[in-house]
Order: sequence, then C-alpha cells, then structure tokens
Amino acid sequence: MTKPPVLILGARSDMALAAAHAFAAKGHPLQLAARDAARLDAARQDLELRHRVSVTLHDFDVLDLASHAAFLDSLPGLPGVVICAVGAMGDQTESEQDPDLAVAVMRTNYEGPAHVLGLIANRFLARGNGTIVGISSVAGLRGRATNYVYGSAKAGFTAWLSGLRNRLARHGIHVVTVLPGFVATRMTEGMDLPPRLTAQPDEVAQAIVSAVERGRNVIYVRPIWRLIMAIICAIPETMFKRMKL
Amino acid sequence: MKLSGWGAYPRIETELAAPRDEAELAEFLVRGDAVARGNGRAYGDAAIGRRRTLSTRHFAHMLDFDAERGWLTADSGVLLSDVISAFLPRGWFPLVTPGTKYVTLGGMVASDVHGKNHHKDGSFQTCVEWFDLMTPDGRVQRCSRTENSELFFWTFGAMGMTGVVLRVCMRLLPVETGWIRQKSIVAGNLAEAIRVFEDNLDATYSVAWIDCVAKGADLGRSIIMLGEHATIGQIPPDDRHRPLHLPVRGKLSVPFTPPAFCLNRYTLRAFNALYFRMGARKAAKQGGVSLEHWDSYFYPLDSILGWNRIYGRRGFLQYQCVIPLAQAEAGMSELMEATAEAGAGSFLAVLKRFGAQESRISFPMEGYTLALDFPASERNLALIGRLEDIAIAHGGRFYLAKDAHLTAARFRASEPRAEDFARTHRQFHPMMGSALSDRIGL
Repeated sequence: MTKPPVLILGARSDMALAAAHAFAAKGHPLQLAARDAARLDAARQDLELRHRVSVTLHDFDVLDLASHAAFLDSLPGLPGVVICAVGAMGDQTESEQDPDLAVAVMRTNYEGPAHVLGLIANRFLARGNGTIVGISSVAGLRGRATNYVYGSAKAGFTAWLSGLRNRLARHGIHVVTVLPGFVATRMTEGMDLPPRLTAQPDEVAQAIVSAVERGRNVIYVRPIWRLIMAIICAIPETMFKRMKL
Repeated sequence: MKLSGWGAYPRIETELAAPRDEAELAEFLVRGDAVARGNGRAYGDAAIGRRRTLSTRHFAHMLDFDAERGWLTADSGVLLSDVISAFLPRGWFPLVTPGTKYVTLGGMVASDVHGKNHHKDGSFQTCVEWFDLMTPDGRVQRCSRTENSELFFWTFGAMGMTGVVLRVCMRLLPVETGWIRQKSIVAGNLAEAIRVFEDNLDATYSVAWIDCVAKGADLGRSIIMLGEHATIGQIPPDDRHRPLHLPVRGKLSVPFTPPAFCLNRYTLRAFNALYFRMGARKAAKQGGVSLEHWDSYFYPLDSILGWNRIYGRRGFLQYQCVIPLAQAEAGMSELMEATAEAGAGSFLAVLKRFGAQESRISFPMEGYTLALDFPASERNLALIGRLEDIAIAHGGRFYLAKDAHLTAARFRASEPRAEDFARTHRQFHPMMGSALSDRIGL
C-alpha cells in the first residue's frame, strides 16, 4: 500500500526536519518546501537513503502570497498531509520599537500560513480528504510582555485552525493544532530552558505522526504544558498584568 | 555546564556547543582546548573538552550508499543504530560493532571500537575506507590508507586528539538474515574458558560472560557464547519470507535512579549465580544452539534505556584491559582473584579473545581482554588501581573509551607507544584537549 505524500512548509526548521524523518520512516513520500530549497539537498539525500522514499524540494516563500497558488500547482501531486512549520519568533523589543518589524512577525506566523493553508484546504475539500497540521504555540494562549507580538500572531493562527477544523470536520478533512511548548531548536538555541519542560524535535515529530494517525485535534507535546497553560490562563487579569512573565 | 560520560563519573565543568556547519565548527576548533562529543557513550571523561566540548549532533546526514560494495558514507554524528535500521532490511550489517548501537560513527573511529569478532576481523579501522578530518587549524583533510595515511592511522584510538571526524566511509557486511545462530558453552573455570576460546578461533563471534563472584576452584567459571550470522535455511520456515525485517526490540527503561544500597555484594552474588545457572541451562538444551535476534545478541543492554542509572547517583566505572596472549591466563586469574577477594564483583564481567592487530595507538592487541564495572566508591577506586597494576605487570594496556581512573604514570607504564603519540600529537595537533587527555597525558 502506498502512503500519501506529506508536504512540509518551512521544511528547514528542526521540528520540520524531525517530522520529515518520522513520516519518511513510515513510508510517506515527502515534498519539502522552504525558501532557497536547494539548500535542503543534503537533507533530501539523507531522507532518501535512510527511508527509501522519494523526496522533492520546492521553493516557497510564505510572505509572497501571490505565489502560493502557483507553488501548489507545481507540486508533483496534491499531498495527503500538509504540515505547516513556518514561523519566526522575531525580537520582541525590536518589534516594540518598530511596528513594521512587528507586522513582519505577524505576517510570517499568521497571515502567510493561513493564506497557503486556506488554498490547500479548498483543494482538500474538492478532493474530499486530507489532513492539515498547523504548528502554533502556547505563546498564543495568553499575551505576555516578553513575546506578545509573536504570541498574538500564534493566537490568530490557533483560532484560525480551530475554525478551519470546525468547518471541515463534516467533510472528512482533519485539522491538527500543535502547541509544542519549549522545544530545543535553532530558534531557542542559547536560551536557558528548563530540561523537563523542553521537548526534543523528535518528540514533537512523533507526537505529530500519532496525532495524524489517530485523528487528534489539539496536542501539547509534553503533557505538563496543558497544566502550565491552564494555570497561566486562570490567573485573573488584575494580577496577571503586574506579573513578570 | 557539568558533563559526564555514560558512567556518570566523573562530572566535569565544560562549555558545550553544537555547531551547525563546518564553518561554525572551525571557529570553535581554532580556539583550542576542545574535543568532539558524539552520543556521549564513552564511559569516562573522553568526550569532555578541556574548555569546550563540541557536539557533532548536527552532523548527522547519510550521504551515499554504494550497494555493489556495501560502502556507506555518512556524517560522523550518525548513530550506528540508524545505520542498522536503514541497512539491515537491505541485507547489510556493520562489520564491526561495539556492545551498544547508540554510538556515533565519529566516536567509533576515535575509540577504534572492537566487537565480538575482533579475533577474526580486527577493530573498526578494518572497515573504514576513509574519513574526512577537521584538524585543529580548521582545515579538512581526507584520510585513508593511501592519502594522509599517517593521520589516518594515528586517529584510530586517539580519542579525538587529532581533530574532529566529519565524514566516514565504512564497509558493511552482507547478511542473509537478522538472526544469529548462537552456541553456548559452559566453562567451569578460567583455564577451561581460555581453552574453549582457543578451540573456536574460527567462530565469527565469541565472547564470555564470567561469574566474577566465584572463587577457588570455580574462579573464572563462565558461559562462552559463539555466534554466526544465520543463513536463510537456518531460520524457522515461518520467518523465511521476511528474514531481514527485524526491528529494534521493545524497550524497558530505568525510570529513576535507585539508591546505591540496592547494589551490594549479596544482590551481586545472587545475580551472578542466577545468570550462570540460566546460561548453563541454555547450554544444555539442543547442544547449546539457539537463534538470537540481532538486537539481543549484540546489544543486550540497549533494550534497557538508562541502564547506567542502576548504579545510583554516584555513577560507575568501567575497567577494561587487554593482556598479551602469553601472559593472559596468569594475568586474568590474578585480576579475577583480586576482584572476587574484594567482594566487588560486577554485573557485566566480559572476557574475550582478541586477534593480532597492527595499530598506532588503538587498544586491541593479540590476547585476552576483560571488562568489569564497579559502582563509584572509594573502595572500588582503590580496587581499580590494583587491577591496573596487575594488568601493567603482565604487559597489558587499557581501553580509553571506558577509562575514568588511569593516571599519567600508569598510562605511560602501560603504553610504550605514548611517547610516539605525544611526538606526533605535537606535530599534528597541539590544540585538542579533553579531560581524559589532561588526566593521562595523552
């Protein structure tokens, strides 16, 4: 039985590459999309050698909305699963000083992903099946002084995924929202993260594979994050606004 | 941060970096006082840098496979377990493998690892066609038997002191199945065990588990396990349609670090006696022949994730020496007497025959090797010192990938080649440095 192809948007990130290995190990062909995709050639070779699946590379720029439809047309076929790992934390302080930088963070984390996934959702709808996985963030569950620009975009993305799931559930299309918590990736390199709360990219990848296979809706990678976020969301605003988080 | 090896002893302050590409690695390397670290499976302090420790985990691509010759080219941070998962289903197995599959290819080169087939096939360097090495000046050099051959040979067993291995081209062994046909033989004492090894030099794999608590007439009683890759015809008919499809076995894990008192001379004695009896029973059935899954044959401990924690928070030390053939029986029996005398027997006492091997600074030589492990305690540290002296007195030397105890004086006494190495070390690579190299003056 041939497995459906998996399209990964933002394929250069550590989480995306880990997901690529996890799906390839299960026999899924891969379509890896990123800016300057040729730089993923070593990863492509590695994936093909290890897992004997076909891997294609595709140039993709999430901010170039006008190119998204043509990008999808250029794929070797409509994928069965799409994983959106596009994202950029930006620098909160710089975003505060320069609203244009803040807008770039918002567009990268919300507008761009929602645009391309919106096109894919309609194609899945026309075909009658498909799975959409959006990697969002716990940062979107409550805005905090230290990263609310990034957080607000992720909040938008999370709400958008939730609405999409609601819209497509009755049509056999499944939407997974991933809220990974801390993950040891290039994005968090050099930060002093507590090891018990920090997942490895492989853990996120395994969690995604199992969420896709079991049709789960919203996943936290390490279960402790569900509790942490429940507590953070329960703090009354009068207290919350005075806290340093 | 504090880092340790697999034995969790000692723990040493170092700065850990994980460069993303060669340019970044070179930047760290030229600043000196560093050593590469793969998956951290060296037991002691070999992969802890003097100031900086350079993780190779981002150098983990497989690059090429020549299916005609079975040559795999891969980055040095690739795990042996991944090589097996990818290539055993295609009919290839590592030609030389250590007792855990969770090692990186770079670590296998630096330690010049050996397996249960050393007497036939030699150490890891046998199957390495070439590697690319970044020397401490940041240059990358292709090293093989014909190209930069001095650097090639000196790197095996040099514990990372010649630079950082970037890529390895290794030869794999064609196999028909993922099963091993094992024959178990009981030996009542050390002399008998050695006789069994000498009578079975044509077996591909051989290793003995020794009851290191037994004393007197039973000293050195052991179960010797010989092995051959099973052919299609030798496995059960039901398995013949998928002879190679044998995924890694299910995993247990040690969920927490038990208090040290769980491991004492009584539990050790009970464990060793039980293990011996089980082995003896197996040896008595069907002429001692059984079929073993590759994972449980080569990597019995890998199936218990975090097994290193059973020794408690203080960690444990491994001791592995080799004693040249002529003095092996005398040396081994002294070592075992000293161990049994101290009542400090270990769970994992392993005896093995090594074959002859040429090398610059690798551990193996023709003779017998004994590996023991001990929980880290003052008494055991003293015992290990005594065991080191016994090995040295019999012309033996030590496996640095396991060592955490040797002194510079003992290293020099055990290793006449150390001076040559120091001379070459100064010439090639004055700037690498690990906790191990500082301790023993490598």
